[in-house]
Amino acid sequence: MTKDETKKLVLDIIADIAPDEDLSNVKPEVRLRDQLQLDSMDFLDIVMELRKRHGIEVPEADYIQLASLDSCAEYLTPKFNALAAKS
Amino acid sequence: MNSGSHYDVAIIGAGLSGLAAGIRLAHFGQRVCIFERHNAVGGLNGFYSLGGRKFDVGLHAVTNYIPPGVKGSPLGKLLRQLRIDRAELGLRPQRRSRVAFGPHGETDLKFTNDFRILEAEVEAKFPRRADAFRRVSRFARDHSLKPEALPGSTRDFLRTEIGDPLLEDMLLCPLMFYGSARPRDIDLGQFAVMFRAIYLEGFARPRDGVRVILRVLLDRYRRAGGERRMKCGVREIRPSNGKVAALVLDTGEEITATHVLSSIGAPETAALIAGAGLPAATDPGSAARADRALGFVETISVLNRLPATLGWGADAIVFFNDSERFTYENPAEQVDPRSGIICFPDNFDYGPEEAPAEGMLRCTCLANYEGWIGLPEETYRADKHRWFDRIVESACRFLPPLPDPGALTAATVATDMFTPRTVEQYTGHARGAIYGSPIKAPDGRTALSNLYLCGTDQGLLGIVGAMLGGITMANVHILARKAAPLSPS
Repeated sequence: MTKDETKKLVLDIIADIAPDEDLSNVKPEVRLRDQLQLDSMDFLDIVMELRKRHGIEVPEADYIQLASLDSCAEYLTPKFNALAAKS
Repeated sequence: MNSGSHYDVAIIGAGLSGLAAGIRLAHFGQRVCIFERHNAVGGLNGFYSLGGRKFDVGLHAVTNYIPPGVKGSPLGKLLRQLRIDRAELGLRPQRRSRVAFGPHGETDLKFTNDFRILEAEVEAKFPRRADAFRRVSRFARDHSLKPEALPGSTRDFLRTEIGDPLLEDMLLCPLMFYGSARPRDIDLGQFAVMFRAIYLEGFARPRDGVRVILRVLLDRYRRAGGERRMKCGVREIRPSNGKVAALVLDTGEEITATHVLSSIGAPETAALIAGAGLPAATDPGSAARADRALGFVETISVLNRLPATLGWGADAIVFFNDSERFTYENPAEQVDPRSGIICFPDNFDYGPEEAPAEGMLRCTCLANYEGWIGLPEETYRADKHRWFDRIVESACRFLPPLPDPGALTAATVATDMFTPRTVEQYTGHARGAIYGSPIKAPDGRTALSNLYLCGTDQGLLGIVGAMLGGITMANVHILARKAAPLSPS
């Protein structure tokens, strides 16, 4: 799994959670909250969808790592790869 | 003994809050079952068939309507949380609504889903209060998404801010009629929520009423893997060590659940807990008549033509009051016909393909539960009949004059009426109180650590409020705890 693939998976989740948002120009380095209308209920859903779809657990202390697409990729890509290595 | 089943979450009641909570929980892999005593879903916002026609029980209009593309609203949040595309709900905006006060509605304030119309009306009719109204609107806008931090009296607030009893009453009338369980006054936070829901946002309706919304919810729930049992209520909540140990169903079967969400109301839930007895709030002797939960009656007239052909095509909803002050409390008589709500479900912007064959007029007034319960069947029917005519007659004073005085009677092809007795019988809500107990539990906590309330007695307004309430309770008490604590904003 590459970081770009991770970003794509996160964007797919956001697209399902918030279909009314335009995701075509999301800047990877900018906080998601600052460019999209996402509140903490939406972030809870991102965490839950990561678990449901991909078996990835994000403990509460790490929520901050999901702030931007870049930080999501940094944080989640090793988790995806560790999971893939196990299976 | 039955061996029974175990669920992650058992939900009592398949109304809008229970269904919304169920969708969230099932979507995230919880094993959920909804237990509903009635044979139909919807609860206080259900529907029924009579004489080949379908009628809504509660829904006049969906509040909190915002046009597509507007973000950060309760409706938008709800759609996201339930993964519902707003087009599925088929919401059509209202034409216009009105608050009409005076013996024949001499003073009125028109409002639409464009808040500027109401601002202009206040400016034209209460020019000296226009600035005050703008301040109040700003206050409501700023506080409506965070209401819990605002206890206190709206009456006191408006008296200080606006200082005109007529304008205060006119602004409060729709807000109270559309969701206040508390007589005479509203908590300030609740005022802000309702001001947003009704004035800043607005009214809409699916052509076929609440069953459109229920169908979408049921479909989503089923596809998420949720189970439901109809005609099977919960008759007892069995506690042990401060937790729910088991639920006893109407069938006598016993089931267990890690969490229980109850949408049936606070006193109704308390009454199910074995050995707990009824809490004081539901004891008729404990509160003065005026302070008990409010009841309503509604008349329904099916017309063989659209209301527009009678000159009644402009208004979706009319909130009326003929007296000097607006009194929102349990009436001394069976019904208080001085004030009420007129609803024309036809006066929304439906598409040409949605044009109905028949029209409808619905009138709602405050009613006294004691005046309706316990009557012999014959007296009950006679009283319904008598009040039907009085209520419709009272309401007509606030509508444009008919082409001829007999036109409404001539156009009416069927009628129905509900009373607090009907509501209690079909929904199980004590006293037929459609807005529940005057005492609300916004955080849903109860005396038992794994039992939470959702719905009416959380104190949120309308069907959007009911659904958001269910969603929030599922998120806060169950999903977020599994994900790690995270409070919703």
